[in-house]
Amino acid sequence: MKFLCVECDQQMAFAERELPGDGTLAATFKCPKCGRVVAMLTNPMETQLVSSLGVEIGGRTVPAEPFEMIRTNVVTGGLAWSSDAQERLSRVPSFVRGMVKKIYADYAKERGITEITPALMDTARAELGLEGM
Amino acid sequence: MRTYHQLTDPDRSGLADQIGAQRKRVAERLAAVQRIVAVMSGKGGVGKSYVTAHLARGLARAGRSVGVLDADLNGPTIPALLGNRDVRRTTHENPGPTTGTDGVKYISMGQFLDEGAPLAFAGPAAESFVWRGAMEASALREFLGDVEWGDLEVLLLDLPPGVQRYIELCDILGNPPAVLTVTIPTPESRDAVRRAMRAAVDHGSDLLGIVENMVGGELKGTAGDDLAAEFAIPVVARIPWHPTADTWDQLGARISGARRTTDEAR
Repeated sequence: MKFLCVECDQQMAFAERELPGDGTLAATFKCPKCGRVVAMLTNPMETQLVSSLGVEIGGRTVPAEPFEMIRTNVVTGGLAWSSDAQERLSRVPSFVRGMVKKIYADYAKERGITEITPALMDTARAELGLEGM
Repeated sequence: MRTYHQLTDPDRSGLADQIGAQRKRVAERLAAVQRIVAVMSGKGGVGKSYVTAHLARGLARAGRSVGVLDADLNGPTIPALLGNRDVRRTTHENPGPTTGTDGVKYISMGQFLDEGAPLAFAGPAAESFVWRGAMEASALREFLGDVEWGDLEVLLLDLPPGVQRYIELCDILGNPPAVLTVTIPTPESRDAVRRAMRAAVDHGSDLLGIVENMVGGELKGTAGDDLAAEFAIPVVARIPWHPTADTWDQLGARISGARRTTDEAR
């Protein structure tokens, strides 16, 4: 995928990548001639498709580690819930509890966190806008 | 307005270079592996994993250094067949293969999953079919490129039914692997396996031979002989319902012979 500044007929250069943490991705590209900036925004499915190829938009800043994709994307039971976190989760209505649990689990997994605690749930709730969960 | 191929400025993302680096990593890792053999069949339930595991053990007993890569990511059975289920994970801190029965080295997705849990990937559930296949191909690539196999005389790849994983393998390896085909005697198996063998021929794989499994019981037919005649390759083993260690040792010897024959033909 490349971006062209039509007005200048110039190939735009990658400038910056952002991962807001909600599964989306934002990559900005800048025209080297006129300085115009455009952003490419991908939805979670599109972001995942890029991730599944083991490549990074904007290039890698560090070399790939062994089993990088498996470690970060394969769901395992390696995630621990503290007793306080389990108690809080139990207060979530049962019909949405599974979904809420997955949101917290994904949040922790994306950040390499192996234990979910009430403090982490508070942080996640604030960052993801999940008031009431 | 210029088109895609007319834009030739260096791309900082370098996606093509990143893919190239992945291929290079696989090639470098497998440089010390003398022979890669894909054990495949177009049909499920014919005993590919069983044959793979016992062939590996037979080769190991003959003094060869053997590895098994369990490429059946959704139905991994190699840990159960080669023992050492207690070894939980191969990780980035410990990227070596697990050593199983008779000294066979192996890697399997089964080592990464909880008991009885399906293979699942983190990611958006909606339209997961779009990216799941690519995830599985990436997992296969990491097994090939990241496991520190060391010097191996033979690396057996236990493929799931069908040809999809084989095609992914050809793409990741850059060269089609030699293929050992497993069938059961029935005409239904013959017809399904034929399609897989044609795919292997179309991709340029050497066909080492056919293993006819589950012979001598209720399953009737001549699939092994039919396919051998059609593809002009030998039936390298007919595995009875209750094989002995000798059965596998003889198959190992024949596969080694097939290797020599193929190399001499070149």
